[in-house]
Amino acid sequence: MHELAITQTIIDTVAQQANGVPVRRVVLEIGQLAAILPDSIQFCFDVCAQDTPLEGAILEIIEIPGRGRCRHCGHEMSLEIPYGICDRCDSLAIDIIAGQDLVIKTMETALCV
Amino acid sequence: MCVTCGCSDDANPTFTHLAAHTAAAALTHSHVLADGQVITHSHPQETRQQTHEHHHPSSHAALETAPPPRHPERKQSLQSTALEINVLAKNDLIAAQNRGWFEGCNVLALNLVSSPGAGKTTLLTRTISDLQDRLQFSVIEGDQATAHDAERIRATGCGVVQVNTGTGCHLEAAMIQRGIHSLNPAANSVLMIENVGNLVCPALFDLGERAKVAILSVTEGDDKPIKYPHMFRASSLMLLNKVDLLPYVNFDVDRCIAYARQVNPDIEVFLVSATSGEGLDHWYGWLLETVAAP
Repeated sequence: MHELAITQTIIDTVAQQANGVPVRRVVLEIGQLAAILPDSIQFCFDVCAQDTPLEGAILEIIEIPGRGRCRHCGHEMSLEIPYGICDRCDSLAIDIIAGQDLVIKTMETALCV
Repeated sequence: MCVTCGCSDDANPTFTHLAAHTAAAALTHSHVLADGQVITHSHPQETRQQTHEHHHPSSHAALETAPPPRHPERKQSLQSTALEINVLAKNDLIAAQNRGWFEGCNVLALNLVSSPGAGKTTLLTRTISDLQDRLQFSVIEGDQATAHDAERIRATGCGVVQVNTGTGCHLEAAMIQRGIHSLNPAANSVLMIENVGNLVCPALFDLGERAKVAILSVTEGDDKPIKYPHMFRASSLMLLNKVDLLPYVNFDVDRCIAYARQVNPDIEVFLVSATSGEGLDHWYGWLLETVAAP
């Protein structure tokens, strides 16, 4: 559900940066623990981009795998869900250290040569 | 800078892919890189009809030094701009402003989250009635539509603002900012924010609260904490509500608490019934203690 509002924010942010110049491509990083569905963002993107400088732009999504670090022994592990058990000391206290962000990396705009 | 597509040679990650695809296959597709990253993208109408080639480097590190993509079919020059913008940063900034305001006025703001029907409003009216001699309350009510909940709160005599989110499924920090301006909570008071009934989206949006309080009722499944891990991970306290109904429902309290601690080892849990009053002393004790400890 929240993907629509988030996509709208992405479109608004990029359109503001592009300053009226047509945008051809947007690269987005979505963490796999961010609770944001890349497919939904992709679906909403074309709809939200209509009548903006992003209309027809390619949306490229890079999914960043989740990583956690054990609070007790410092062991790092990959996470597919936002919690886990340390495979070294069995602790449940895992801090998420990667995979929670949603970042607009780059945009490509038309360039007059 | 590459004049074909405008990408920079050294700084900006750019992508090319090798697979030749036709119109049918090219709408949306994913590529898995060697280090586990998945790249998903679609192609706009004008390129869907064409077969083209590009190549994805084998790891994310390699993307930093990847050669500029070749798009022989594209005539227009493009300029690539690095943005590095965190999409939720706009909400987080306003949330931080709210938090600063709350701290300055010594207002304890709590974000109450649950699925619809878990008993947030009943718990809230009961809490306000029982503690109004000891604490001053104000409430921001979030619902998609109607002011029914705000009317129930107003009946307790406390200040309340209803936020109707329309199609929105959660409250955002900017809505709380407007709510604060209209409510103007007194110094040293408690602001209860009743979020939209939803265990998914409100977990993502910081409102500037001191803590999230998750309310789960025993008429729901005891595995909700692992079904909606983001929410229970983000909450400091879980109130297990409607415990007066435990004899009539198939709900394993121990298993539910174990699931909640699996997702969030630090979460505190109290068993309460907002209707019978059972266990509410623990919740009130937590509230008075949290107010006293800024």
